[in-house]
Amino acid sequence: MPKQIHLAAHFPGVNNTTVWSDPESGSQIEFDSFVRLAQTAERAKFDFFFLAEGLRLREQNGLIYDLDVVGRPDTFTVLAALAAVTERLGLTGTINSTFNEPYEVARQFASLDHLSAGRAGWNVVTSWDAFTGENFRRGGFLRQEDRYERAERFLRTAWELFDSWQGDEIVADQASGAFLRRPGAGAFAHRDSHFDIAGQFNVPRSPQGRPVILQAGDSDAGREFAAATADAIFSRHSTLQAGQDFYADVKGRLARYGRAPDQLLVLPAATFVLGDTDAAAQERADVVRHQQVSGRTALRFLEQVWNRDLSGYDPEGPLPDVDPLVGENTVVRGRASVRMFGDPLQTARQWRELAETKKLSIRDLVIQVSGRQTFIGSPATVAAAIDELVQRDASDGFILVPHLVPGGLDEFADTVVPLLQERGVFRTEYDGVTLRDHLGLAHPV
Amino acid sequence: MTTTSPLHLAVALDGAGWHPAAWREPDARPEALFTAGYWAGLVQEAERGLLDFVTIEDALGLQSSRFDGPDERTDQVRGRLDAVLIAARVAPTTHHIGLVPTATVTHTEPFHVSKAIATLDYASKGRAGWRVQVSGRSHEARHFGRREIPRFSLDDLGSPAMVELIANLFDEATEYVEVVRRLWDSWEDDAEVRDAATGRFIDRDKLHYIDFAGKWLTVRGPSIVPRPPQGQPVVTALAHSAVPYRFAARSSDVAFVTPFDTGQAADIAGEVGPGPLVFGDVVVFLGDTAKEAVTRKDRLDALAGTPYTSDAYVFTGTPGQLADLLQQWQVAGLAGFRLRPATLPHDLTAITRGLVPELQRRGAFRHGYEASTLRGLLGLPRPANRYALGGA
Repeated sequence: MPKQIHLAAHFPGVNNTTVWSDPESGSQIEFDSFVRLAQTAERAKFDFFFLAEGLRLREQNGLIYDLDVVGRPDTFTVLAALAAVTERLGLTGTINSTFNEPYEVARQFASLDHLSAGRAGWNVVTSWDAFTGENFRRGGFLRQEDRYERAERFLRTAWELFDSWQGDEIVADQASGAFLRRPGAGAFAHRDSHFDIAGQFNVPRSPQGRPVILQAGDSDAGREFAAATADAIFSRHSTLQAGQDFYADVKGRLARYGRAPDQLLVLPAATFVLGDTDAAAQERADVVRHQQVSGRTALRFLEQVWNRDLSGYDPEGPLPDVDPLVGENTVVRGRASVRMFGDPLQTARQWRELAETKKLSIRDLVIQVSGRQTFIGSPATVAAAIDELVQRDASDGFILVPHLVPGGLDEFADTVVPLLQERGVFRTEYDGVTLRDHLGLAHPV
Repeated sequence: MTTTSPLHLAVALDGAGWHPAAWREPDARPEALFTAGYWAGLVQEAERGLLDFVTIEDALGLQSSRFDGPDERTDQVRGRLDAVLIAARVAPTTHHIGLVPTATVTHTEPFHVSKAIATLDYASKGRAGWRVQVSGRSHEARHFGRREIPRFSLDDLGSPAMVELIANLFDEATEYVEVVRRLWDSWEDDAEVRDAATGRFIDRDKLHYIDFAGKWLTVRGPSIVPRPPQGQPVVTALAHSAVPYRFAARSSDVAFVTPFDTGQAADIAGEVGPGPLVFGDVVVFLGDTAKEAVTRKDRLDALAGTPYTSDAYVFTGTPGQLADLLQQWQVAGLAGFRLRPATLPHDLTAITRGLVPELQRRGAFRHGYEASTLRGLLGLPRPANRYALGGA
């Protein structure tokens, strides 16, 4: 039997993969948009729905960024409400471990797991920066190098809280008057370099015991953290070679934590553009790219690397001949992608060479280098490509990021999913009830 | 039939009901307390009764018969789910009733609570509220490990240390609610412009840093959630004495108070003052006859081993007698009532199917939902945005 593919739906929001200017684009805030996308994902038998998180609005050149979608609702609240309008779909959300406390987050996830009958998942992320910290009592307190340490301590503390109630604690025997089997349910005491807490956790053990844990780190520390703690890792590697390298690397790290390769799923984020033919899809993809990257967006994108105001440049003209400002990026705040480019001088040199060789304007260059269009083609082409990447161990499935809300998943659900089902690599019905069931993960004891 | 001005009616949902033995009643569903269906069923029943809103109790510690820590008892309901998430889970299954979860301010972040309640307002299309709760309990502080709160029992209520602690906690709560309200206002209503011609998704001049710097909190803003449908969801608070009355008067839209007779109802309403709507909290044991209600309470008290007492007035009687009491207290100056059902679902259905028709007969309660938002039901205007007032 071929490997079974896992599919998830990311609700697109505040980044330039989302096309808000399209006439088909609806609200990224109104609850009905979330309902529509989640119900489409469930109709297509997806494993889970995925929400990102933001804790401070992005800024560029000291001003709130206004060219992409701005604003989003609260992760926990949306997921709990979606539990009312879905039955099987996993409900996963990003929750920061830096500007929260383990007791509160563990309560919220345990509650979400109860309220969804076992469908909760937690994408554990970290921050450290004072910029985000300005919205919190904590302030900007964490050294960058401590962030995974805090995240790991946070997660382990949360696990202790999840495990503080045994599954048989509640008897609720009306005749004898025993509500609890024994006194002291939820008792915990945890002390490490980040957390010193004790008491009684007040949410009984939830259907999954613990929510499914997702991780998104790609650095060495991030991969190690995922290998030690995560049920699924959310990466950006979606080509065959890069995917296989990443897949082999993270699965290879599991043994040292006493874990088997199937205990950590690799689920890259992926975008898609479909068409009746491959050529039609490619044409549509070009239109989408131009919708995603306006001239102004292209300049703002370049500023992330140049670390200086480039608003005087013509986006249809050549790349700036000035070099990036090296050092702390003060132009762009609150945007994770700034950290992805590595050495800005080298990046700028490479992009200039690329632009000169191919005669690209700033906008063309940005369209080319920022493209994350993973699957472009007819439904048959896309189904085959997804299947190949999974069968050849470049991934265990994909977290799909449509570029439109709320209908951006409809076409995929109607055309690609049936082809994957025909291939025998994707479920036609849910056979379990919890998110762990869908992902083939054991329930923790 | 007499006609009086309409009163507002809410119910406070907590576990199997407010009596500690409530879970042992034959119609109780103690095994279902941690399921979504249990809560959806109760709120739908309250909505069938046309109630203004439900509150959902919560705390950051385990329920206890003591103020100052867990009690190790196994014969009462212990454990509960996060109230904001219960409210969110119930929102899509209801259409008119207000949803007012409890969230503690003492150990949490106003940025998180602000966006959660704003999002509840989106998910419920304008029916969100929030019951602000202060925690002075040392064991709850230990769950967070970020500040020490000395251990007090209720007998220490008047001690200088506790008086100071309470004053500080309510000062902090006042700042907290101010931060949350500013975050709700930090986007003007029409900030999202989606101007394809200029490529601007928002008009950034209509987003505002709140730059709050108080004694307890410093928050920059703006919120990440656009201004919620009600502008500001309805803020509520339970208050028992002078310091919390002052807090409720300044910070809340609805204040829950606990008079024990008509005279106190008038005095407290006067002390809270004209700012918020003042609701009286009453624990209710209802029966078809007064005797039946008393018998129910006695039976529950016997199971619990002690007579039930409460911070609020404990009523036993028929729905008609309760209607008399509510109308008397209304005349004394209360705008409405938050009834605490002693057992669920019994006392809730006695409210929705007994008390409500009785009040309707008297012309004192609505016959249908007249507004689609909680503010609308309560007759509260949608607040103007403080940042928009000065003009951009």
